Amino acid sequence: MLADSDRIFKNLYGKQDWRLEGAIKRGIWDNTKSLIDLGREKIVEDIKLSGLRGRGGAGFPTGVKWSFMPPEDKRDGRPHYLVVNADESEPGTCKDREILRYDPHILLEGCFVAGYAMGANSAYIYIRGEFYNEASNLSQAIDEAYEAGLIGENACDTGHTFDIYLHRGAGAYICGEETALLESLEGKKGQPRLKPPFPAACGLYGCPTTVNNVETIAVAPTILRRSPGWFSSFGRENNTGTKIFSISGHVNNPCNVEEAMSIPLKELIEKHAGGVRGGWDNLLAVIPGGSSTPCLPKSICDDVLMDFDSLREHSTGFGTAAVIVMDKSTDIVEAIARLSHFYQHESCGQCTPCREGMGWVYRVMQRMVTGEAEIKEIDMLWELTKQIEGHTICALADGGVWPVQGLIRHFRHELEHRILSRKTNNIANHHVAATAAE
Amino acid sequence: MNSTDNFEFTESSKRRCEEIISRYPDGRKQSAVIPVLDLAQRQCGGWLPNSAIEHIADYLNMPKIRVLEVASFYSMFNLKPVGKYFIQLCRTTPCWLRGADDLRNIAIETTGCKLGETSEDGLFTLTEVECLGACCNAPMVQINDDYYEDLTSKSFKNIIESLKQHNSPSSGSQLGRTGSEPASGLTSLTEKGISDVS
Repeated sequence: MLADSDRIFKNLYGKQDWRLEGAIKRGIWDNTKSLIDLGREKIVEDIKLSGLRGRGGAGFPTGVKWSFMPPEDKRDGRPHYLVVNADESEPGTCKDREILRYDPHILLEGCFVAGYAMGANSAYIYIRGEFYNEASNLSQAIDEAYEAGLIGENACDTGHTFDIYLHRGAGAYICGEETALLESLEGKKGQPRLKPPFPAACGLYGCPTTVNNVETIAVAPTILRRSPGWFSSFGRENNTGTKIFSISGHVNNPCNVEEAMSIPLKELIEKHAGGVRGGWDNLLAVIPGGSSTPCLPKSICDDVLMDFDSLREHSTGFGTAAVIVMDKSTDIVEAIARLSHFYQHESCGQCTPCREGMGWVYRVMQRMVTGEAEIKEIDMLWELTKQIEGHTICALADGGVWPVQGLIRHFRHELEHRILSRKTNNIANHHVAATAAE
Repeated sequence: MNSTDNFEFTESSKRRCEEIISRYPDGRKQSAVIPVLDLAQRQCGGWLPNSAIEHIADYLNMPKIRVLEVASFYSMFNLKPVGKYFIQLCRTTPCWLRGADDLRNIAIETTGCKLGETSEDGLFTLTEVECLGACCNAPMVQINDDYYEDLTSKSFKNIIESLKQHNSPSSGSQLGRTGSEPASGLTSLTEKGISDVS
């Protein structure tokens, strides 16, 4: 198990003061100037060496992403922007909320260091609108940081200017998609942009921009302080570091916890979440990385490791590391149908396969819940998801159909059982009615 | 309070609008449309009358349709009046697994309104919403700006009854958790000096 001394988020549970005074006691903003003095190239190099992969779901190598920003000798006069994606909305995921409300300064310090590494003089933090109280803490933390000279002109005595602005959204899952977020930040509907051009070339206001998840930015200063080798000593190769896991659903003690990457799923649930309700053998399935990732049946959960590569081997994903646990009392078809409802509600409507397809998938799923379907429709539903997947501008539709694919892959027998038993009951009822009529 | 036909920002809202616009580069004040709409909605008691949308379009130099488009795209903007307490019930899988359906039934019973409706006394509006991002504290609901977490049928009923009496029930975890730590005791951040419970 990860030692407390190796945990980056020391106030994950809000037991300590979240304000500047408390943050300083936890070592945040400690000689930040020395990190800036490493220089742009060295910071990016260290983040690459640490193996940090984006914590927002896609898992793209962070250092590589930062290196896409134009270097100093290729600047064309446009400002560079860091945009922090705090639009946490993937069902099951509630880790960034804890950073935003209980350790906002660790994020702000990360903004300065990461922003500097990409040649930016300002950062926008786009926080989901429903996080009103979290935004309030963050806003107070920003004021504190300005007052203490940690950001603003000559931030941390480095001679650099760095501004941080908070921007509240207003309720739209799609704004977690980076280009939809940029549209929203520009005051428009949150509809994803076609890529290329990628944000590093043409992002916010047409300027070079990098969008990173809250957790990704927040871990950067600690990696630089403690060394990339320290960070990469946790987890497996290509899946390094520590990570906040959100464990929800049918466990005895749902919780967020920071653990080493590649921790076995069973160990994670039993050590921190008090185990599955009714014991491990009462487990039906787990959604391992947020609602978009296909579910896994117990047989795979028994020994699967929680990291990008291990979960990909099982045709699912690490996503945001939001583990949704379902015990044997769960109506798994309804559980997934609820997610289909989520995606049809959240589709931005721009691409036809998503706008029409998500509603179609949900309507079929509603019939799968009651068994009011034909056996051949299971394959039709599979085919429908394949017609949607990969045919849209952004990945919302992919994430919307993957849970259904996971259901068909591992619980086809349940779908068949419902359809057949409904048919049998109908015949029996018909027979009873016919007998009664005689 | 403005009449719904003739919206104007109050003096303090105007100052707030200027501060919001100052966060964005020159010529980019359209970026302020979401926060400015939010401010208007607060001023109007939780919803956006047409006159507010028109006023903001003028204020930000945007075509009215662009403002309406934003106001109708994002779920937090209400284009119809809502009750004093706007109850949003999370319906998505993590909350559903832990009893969101029971909370919905309690809400309907206790407030006397159906989903999507406002109670006759104007006290409550009920609605079901998608994931609010507090899944480790499920089931939960949002009432106005606050999250009420780790709910049971009983604690939720008490909260609604308390609102009926015009009290302010405490928000956050109803189990007394500070955040999303394991309810039965910490399994991490326990070493001395790291998670000092003070």
